[in-house]
Amino acid sequence: MNFLDYTLEELHDKLVSKELTAVDLVEASYKRIEETDEQVGAFLALSKEEALQAARETDEKGIDPNNVLSGLPVGIKDNILTKGVTTTASSKMLEDFVPVYDATATEKLKGAGMISVGKLNMDEFAMGGSTENSAFKLTRNPWDLSKVPGGSSGGSAAAVAAGQVPVSLGSDTGGSVREPAAFTGLVGVKPTYGRVSRYGLIAFGSSLDQIGPFTRTVKDNALVLNAISGHDPKDSTSYNGETPDFTEGIDKGVKGLRIGVPKEYFNEDAKETGVIESVRNALKLYEELGAEIVEVSLPHSRYGIPAYYIIASSEASSNLQRFDGIRYGYRSENVSSLEDIYVKSRSEGFGLEVKRRIMLGTFSLSSGFYDAHFKKAAQARTLIRNDFDTVFADVDVLVAPTTTTTAFEIGGKIDDPLAMYMSDILTVPVNLAGVPSLSIPCGFSNDMPVGMQIISKHFDEQMMYRVAYAFEKETDFHTKKPAFKGGE
Amino acid sequence: MAINEETVKQVAKLAKLEIEEEDIHTFTKEMDSIIEMVEQLEGLDTEGIEGTYHGLNQHNVWREDKASNGTDREDLFKNVKTRKDGYIEVPAMFDNGGSEA
Repeated sequence: MNFLDYTLEELHDKLVSKELTAVDLVEASYKRIEETDEQVGAFLALSKEEALQAARETDEKGIDPNNVLSGLPVGIKDNILTKGVTTTASSKMLEDFVPVYDATATEKLKGAGMISVGKLNMDEFAMGGSTENSAFKLTRNPWDLSKVPGGSSGGSAAAVAAGQVPVSLGSDTGGSVREPAAFTGLVGVKPTYGRVSRYGLIAFGSSLDQIGPFTRTVKDNALVLNAISGHDPKDSTSYNGETPDFTEGIDKGVKGLRIGVPKEYFNEDAKETGVIESVRNALKLYEELGAEIVEVSLPHSRYGIPAYYIIASSEASSNLQRFDGIRYGYRSENVSSLEDIYVKSRSEGFGLEVKRRIMLGTFSLSSGFYDAHFKKAAQARTLIRNDFDTVFADVDVLVAPTTTTTAFEIGGKIDDPLAMYMSDILTVPVNLAGVPSLSIPCGFSNDMPVGMQIISKHFDEQMMYRVAYAFEKETDFHTKKPAFKGGE
Repeated sequence: MAINEETVKQVAKLAKLEIEEEDIHTFTKEMDSIIEMVEQLEGLDTEGIEGTYHGLNQHNVWREDKASNGTDREDLFKNVKTRKDGYIEVPAMFDNGGSEA
């Protein structure tokens, strides 16, 4: 039983025909974790007892033939609350934190019959692009163990790429689902802002954060997004409009569609030319399939990184004030006053990158710098958003590389925060604009997977999945399996 | 230099963080290069542009004014480190001072 060989629908058929049981699948997941996780390091915590119990109940109740996710195992990023199972956000601050309720996304997956097998490693509080900022462990890329899996949802990506689970959930504030999906040859989505409830997602940048699934195929991804989407009274920023079936019309093809190619996303002087080459080949294929390729411009793209780092860090500095050492989370033992509890608990509990972001955010919001930083970044955000609105009046989707390079070496950027920030250059504008974007595998460069993102209008995920599916149907990149080479 | 060690210490105080004296130099240097990077925005003309502060333009979200049960009180205490008489216990804050808030 290898999850890498089957789509969710195929697994579902096996459950319905009783060729396999939910217990079989959960056991297969733990077996694979046992075999590979010493190398890969994707999981922080396993909930074996609860998962097997849930699987047995599912088998007794019988698989719902109309519910494709029923009885399938899933892994969940460790910043998404899971009732009764430790949720740390990979921070010492929350090392022993056990949530007393489920995040809405968790609850919805459980409601759809999915079985959570455990929690996945990440950059602390989702701040980073390599998962090296975890306070607990290193996660390696199954394609080459000497390389990072991307981040911040690196554990979620590595677990699916290594065949430990068929699906996982991640979160994307500035590229944290799409970048690791690109680095590990997976399909990963950042839905439209508001599509998925953020209730129970440990907040980083509240106006940017969205939860999204990692899968091996486009349709699988749409099926899981179907299950977690929808308005939630507990998150007043969740979208109160309709949730369509994202698989509807997925096989309509691209004939007659207009695909925009944002010229700012194709740096022809790039160090690793294989990335752009792969995307250009994909565009050729789209043209052969009947789409019209149109060069477009998103002129404010270069302000994406500065605007993003101000906005995300400002929101983080405010969100992370709640970690005060009092009600939950780490409390320093070395205290003699209330002020000590705050300062020492935070200084000992947060890692270096989290401190940097809190500091940048506090600085950007402080009087004297607010206008030049926070306000200016919010204005830049409007201009970036307008760029997308303008091009979407003319094209159906945008296609661009997800990252400028394939996965980099472990240790390659960790001592240079700015270089790490720059790896988000092609992903952050999407979060600032709030539009949806799906990264899918589109080739290989230096033997590592290349990701291409398909960006569509606000709440038009159907078009995004349709364009992605047309490419996947004609190619076999999504069927390639990682080599587990390299490492120590 | 966009930022110096004094400013870093001041910001740390506002953020309730302590940067070790031996790290302050490196930390300041890193912060300085990050701030220099974000200040590229200075070159952007934003005259008359409204800022965007939300992910989704959805205003005034209302719900029925109806009481419902929140999370159970005992549940909420499960992650509390020290507890006394139904409250969270913390060190004395007035007698031995320390809080400048």
